[in-house]
Amino acid sequence: MQVMQQDVKARVRAYIVDNFIMGGSADHLKDADSFMETHVVDSTGFLELVTFIEEAYGFAVDDDEMVPENLDSLDNIDAYVRRKLVAA
Amino acid sequence: MLLHQLFEASVRRSPDKEALVFDGARFSYADIERRANQLAAALQQRGVQRGDRVATFLDNSVEAVVGIYAALKCGAVFMPINPLTKRDKLAYLLNDSRASVLIAHAALKAEFESALGHNHSVHSCLVVGCREDAVLVDKRCLPYPQPAAAHAAHLVALPATIDQDLAGIIYTSGSTGDAKGVMLTHLNMVSAARSISTYLELQEDDRIVCVLPLAFDYGLYQVLMAFLVGATVVLERSFSFPVKVLETMARERITVFPGVPTVFSLLMNLKTLRDHPLLHLRKITNTAAALSEEHIRQLRGLFPQAQLYSMYGLTECKRVTYLPPDQLDIRPTSVGRGMPNEEVWLVDEAGRRLPNGSTGELVIRGSNVMRGYWDKPEQTAERLKPGPIAGEMVLHSGDIFRTDAEGWLYFVARKDDIIKSRGEKISPREVENVLYGMPGVLEAAVVGVPDAVLGEAVKAFVTLKDGVELSEREVIKYCLSRLENFMAPKFVSFVDELPKTDTGKIKKTGLA
Repeated sequence: MQVMQQDVKARVRAYIVDNFIMGGSADHLKDADSFMETHVVDSTGFLELVTFIEEAYGFAVDDDEMVPENLDSLDNIDAYVRRKLVAA
Repeated sequence: MLLHQLFEASVRRSPDKEALVFDGARFSYADIERRANQLAAALQQRGVQRGDRVATFLDNSVEAVVGIYAALKCGAVFMPINPLTKRDKLAYLLNDSRASVLIAHAALKAEFESALGHNHSVHSCLVVGCREDAVLVDKRCLPYPQPAAAHAAHLVALPATIDQDLAGIIYTSGSTGDAKGVMLTHLNMVSAARSISTYLELQEDDRIVCVLPLAFDYGLYQVLMAFLVGATVVLERSFSFPVKVLETMARERITVFPGVPTVFSLLMNLKTLRDHPLLHLRKITNTAAALSEEHIRQLRGLFPQAQLYSMYGLTECKRVTYLPPDQLDIRPTSVGRGMPNEEVWLVDEAGRRLPNGSTGELVIRGSNVMRGYWDKPEQTAERLKPGPIAGEMVLHSGDIFRTDAEGWLYFVARKDDIIKSRGEKISPREVENVLYGMPGVLEAAVVGVPDAVLGEAVKAFVTLKDGVELSEREVIKYCLSRLENFMAPKFVSFVDELPKTDTGKIKKTGLA
């Protein structure tokens, strides 16, 4: 599957804005911001985020991949998803 | 004995012992003591006096621990506020308690700055983790004082605190929708910490992992009890990444693992759980909601090296009962008996004490029972009623239990309609109040529905005004922006009308 550079980040950002940020003002959410530290996503929110990624990109997120290095910012998700898609 | 004196005794006994591990950093008892003294001196210099309320609005962190002991050292009352709290409720909590000081994380700035705009009681807001160039709009805000290496801080004056004074106020959801501040004296908290650490047989060499928020009394007491016995707390920010927590638990040789059913469900869903052997684990504790028999069986299978304690509690007295692990095979669904230095019994509707084998409301008598709800005499009178000795008050829990022939307790039901989700108490009224404030919503009714991971999930039934269209997600997001995250509905069902009683009140029976 071909994924354009900006595509993953924009799509996940849109999902986060739609589902977790009131009023859709995500301008202050920077690509490197930790969702956890900025309180954008909480513990059950991460489970929903994982389900979204699995459905959107068609791969399963393994238990051991559910770590902040893969999921706790737009940058991290972007890198993780593209790594997984290349491997697939 | 005062609550912070238990900690100070451990400091004197073993100043170099590891007290706290957080985010890779290690703090000895002397380190925590020094930081608490410095903050206490800073609070006193800013005018904090005996009995003043010092609120903390912090994620799990070193500052959240230091803040508790600093407040106590200068005679103040600590008041932990869940960092998931949104601006309107935060303003309510600060106003209701007339807090003098707020200690808050910079990441929560949008919420606390807005709340301070509606509050006049706070004279100082110490902001943790704010950058030097950060713009703090409210003039009462100032950066949290940097801990100094040298032991230079001294209190201007030692407060005259006694154990009848308040140590903490912890807010809890009530069926009326407004949160109530549970007033706990030093005696209350010292008694609870001693009783619980006694039956758990906590030891100085225990290493306790805390994934629960310190703003929740179950999390808070992990620190209070560890510091009472001189043990070590390995504090985690949350349980958002279970595999990370498991790695930490293995690396830190954790011996005690306190959790709630949702934490254990998430853990048992991991396929790779067995890749993280927890060889040092001695005790697992559960409270806030009951574990199912199936979960108990699975947990014991996964961690045969650990004893499992089923417990039941209320913020109003901290803990009520525990089931000794050797009883788990005999009566797996029991929450046990009263803890040491506490008496519990069941009463009927008329308040008469019931014999074993009955069903009735649970009553608690002990030094751990709260002083009452802050500024809420009527609600206090519903819970605290005269006890067997003239002048004493006992706690009527509002929870219905049954006893077996030997007096072991089994939870039956709550008398009110409070929902328990993720181990947290949720007032349907509080959620409904927010829904009624949403443009387009005509009526709302909120109930709990069974959920495999959450215990109960919040479900809202909503009718809309004519011509209005809303999506489920829009409603959930609206609630997320105004309520602690765990209170927001997981499901929203749009209906044409809600069932009503003859008097026109919304009838919730049958809604699911």
